[in-house]
Amino acid sequence: MIGAIRSRLVRAAAAGLLAAAMPCAMAGEAAPLAADPGLEARVMRLSAELRCLVCQNQTIADSHAPLAVDLKNQIREQVGAGRSDADILQYMVDRYGDFVLYRPPVKASTAMLWYGPFALLALGAAATAVVVRRRRPRGVAQVFTDAQRQRAAALLADTEPRT
Amino acid sequence: MIGEIGHFCLIVALLLALTQGLLPLAGAARGEPAWMAVAPAAAQAQFLFVAIAFGALTMAFVDNDFTLLVVAQHSNTALPLPYRVAAVWGGHEGSMLLWVLMLALWSVAVSVFSRRLPAEFVARVLGVLGLLGTGFLGFLLFTSNPFARLLPAAVEGRDLNPLLQDPGMVFHPPMLYMGYVGFSVAFAFAVAALLSGRLDASWARWSRPWTTIAWMFLTLGIALGSGWAYYELGWGGWWFWDPVENASFLPWLVGTALIHSLAVTEKRGAFRSWTVLLAIFAFSFSLLGTFLVRSGVLTSVHAFATDPKRGVYILVFLAAVIGSSLLLFAWRAPKVGLGGAFEAVSRESMLLVNNVLLAVAAASVLLGTLYPLLLDALGLGKISVGPPYFDAVFVPLMAPAVFLMGIGPLARWREAKLPDLARRLRWALAAGVLAAGVSMAAGSSVASALGVLLAAWIGATTLVAVRERARHLAGSWCERLARLPGLLPRGEWGMLLAHLGVGVFIFGVTMVKTWEVERDVRMAAGDTATLGRYTFEFQEAGEYAGPNFRGLRATVQVSRDGAPVATLHPEKRLYQSQGMPMTEAAIDAGWTRDLYVSLAEAVGEGAWAVRLQVKPFVQWIWGGALLMALGGLLAATDRRYRLARRDARTAASKAVAEGSPA
Repeated sequence: MIGAIRSRLVRAAAAGLLAAAMPCAMAGEAAPLAADPGLEARVMRLSAELRCLVCQNQTIADSHAPLAVDLKNQIREQVGAGRSDADILQYMVDRYGDFVLYRPPVKASTAMLWYGPFALLALGAAATAVVVRRRRPRGVAQVFTDAQRQRAAALLADTEPRT
Repeated sequence: MIGEIGHFCLIVALLLALTQGLLPLAGAARGEPAWMAVAPAAAQAQFLFVAIAFGALTMAFVDNDFTLLVVAQHSNTALPLPYRVAAVWGGHEGSMLLWVLMLALWSVAVSVFSRRLPAEFVARVLGVLGLLGTGFLGFLLFTSNPFARLLPAAVEGRDLNPLLQDPGMVFHPPMLYMGYVGFSVAFAFAVAALLSGRLDASWARWSRPWTTIAWMFLTLGIALGSGWAYYELGWGGWWFWDPVENASFLPWLVGTALIHSLAVTEKRGAFRSWTVLLAIFAFSFSLLGTFLVRSGVLTSVHAFATDPKRGVYILVFLAAVIGSSLLLFAWRAPKVGLGGAFEAVSRESMLLVNNVLLAVAAASVLLGTLYPLLLDALGLGKISVGPPYFDAVFVPLMAPAVFLMGIGPLARWREAKLPDLARRLRWALAAGVLAAGVSMAAGSSVASALGVLLAAWIGATTLVAVRERARHLAGSWCERLARLPGLLPRGEWGMLLAHLGVGVFIFGVTMVKTWEVERDVRMAAGDTATLGRYTFEFQEAGEYAGPNFRGLRATVQVSRDGAPVATLHPEKRLYQSQGMPMTEAAIDAGWTRDLYVSLAEAVGEGAWAVRLQVKPFVQWIWGGALLMALGGLLAATDRRYRLARRDARTAASKAVAEGSPA
């Protein structure tokens, strides 16, 4: 957790941290950092899939590192130019490799990663079925004869109850 | 001097741990009561010496004794006192010492609270804990000595990482470690049971409260860590599926499976070998987690090479603990009986499915965490496995488990009837579907509606469970309510409360994921921004001096429909010793929503990039975790565990009186 915390701080810019007393700027509605909120939602959704390569473990959506900001701007441009999500992700992979994707592509080397959980689940389901079948109470409810009951009562009377 | 005292105490503690590990186990094997009797005394003495060592290190931190390497690395004269104390576990050596202290504490607790268990069994449990202690003390002394000297001394310390200078640092690691280390007790009980060949319901009953308490601490520790990340990181997230987070989540998942499996073993005698296996794995994952984090393998596969000694020790110890316990399991488990039979529809079968799902979920999280390391080590390329993967795999696995969670507590042991269950739960199901419908009507996605359905389902089934029990109570509505607490044993209240906590947690996660809104805006003094019904006004920003940092504090006034709601003070801090800038988000927490404001960076003269967020029901996430932990506490203090101890003592003394072996 600490590693994650540290990474998220790298982005905080030291410059201007202690900017001198603020001059009274023109008051008004704050300018959004993004121009079009509709496009921005798509940009953020894509950004959440991509790794900020200079941070320790953070999406570019969460990061304010210069590289993350730069990549977000590129996504924004491409979204604006009408390119599809798949195209944009492919563009990132071409530049930075699979490492940039938080959702690893399905291919030979990641087959175990993607199919492993389902294989395990199938295995677990099969094991459950076997266990449940084996552990079923055998036969119909036991019917005891009077003689058996008396013998059981006699045995119980003799034995210390055990925890 | 203080360093040498601490060092010496650790050496003594190592010898005591070795004694505690060898003599009682040998005594139990050969039937030597005198050897077995060493165990409690050795455990208590070991704790005493570890505590002195820990106290010595704490004093060195408090006194700014920079002749100790770890103090010079992790503290500073300007560091406020509470953080100087917390800085003890701010580095590798100190946190391993904390780990050892916790282990010794748990051992003492076992030696005190298990006096009424058979001596042979206690000797084995403490013996196993002693061997674990030996391994860890050896790790401390041979590879990570916290009392290593730095001569000549440093003039000033390098300071504690500013991220850790937070109240979270004081509480999160000790809680988490109490949980991690607590599973060592469950492990020791399991190994002792395997050694003695006595894997019966009484073993499960003895080990249950310990396991539940450890699980409670782990739950709290993880929740604290997540809450800390939420307010400290300044981006409003609370879980990232980071490998370090997963390392703590793995033992939690297996531990959760374990407490459910233990329930079956105690009540019905079934699933014995599976329960033992889970106990072994819960602790193995704790070890694996600590070591993955501590050795630095997670940041990079090659970090191992920076300190090969530690890495090799870790690997050998891990292999020894897991290997030997699994070997013992393979040897003994075939002799373990099966316990009570059950039908395909029964509480047992549902708990079995719950266990399978939790185990598969844990395995998947492990796979996702280790896969990138594995590929990298094999030279097959670098990949990232992040939240999209884990969400895609984890959520579908857990959804059926949560659905079953509503049914299980109402199902009978051995055999339940589906039509009967359906009849009793039809209103709960209707409530769930209705809630999902409302969610969809409000514009949520299907996945989000499913989350709402599950949360409502849990809430409703909990009500049904309580109502069914209260039905036969006589008297007025008020009188019945007053008699409700005594109606169920604490164990059952604990279970219901913990399950309700899961529902609350799911509701929080679903709401925040679906309905949170955020805006990144550029704000200067006087600017306002609107987010939903909330208006944020950036009023001013001014400098101030903290104890060991310079800060800049902004004032943001929030109003809703024109009425003032909160005044928030997000900050930027520059810590002097390390020159590290920090973001301190400002949060107005509430039952139905959090307002979250953080300063990103300065953009131009007097203007800041500000992230504004409204997070609906986000506090329910931790509220749910708190309910789970509270449920664990209730369940662990159930009356029958105290009775069980008394029974064991009576049985043991009777056996002695009759001159037969217990």
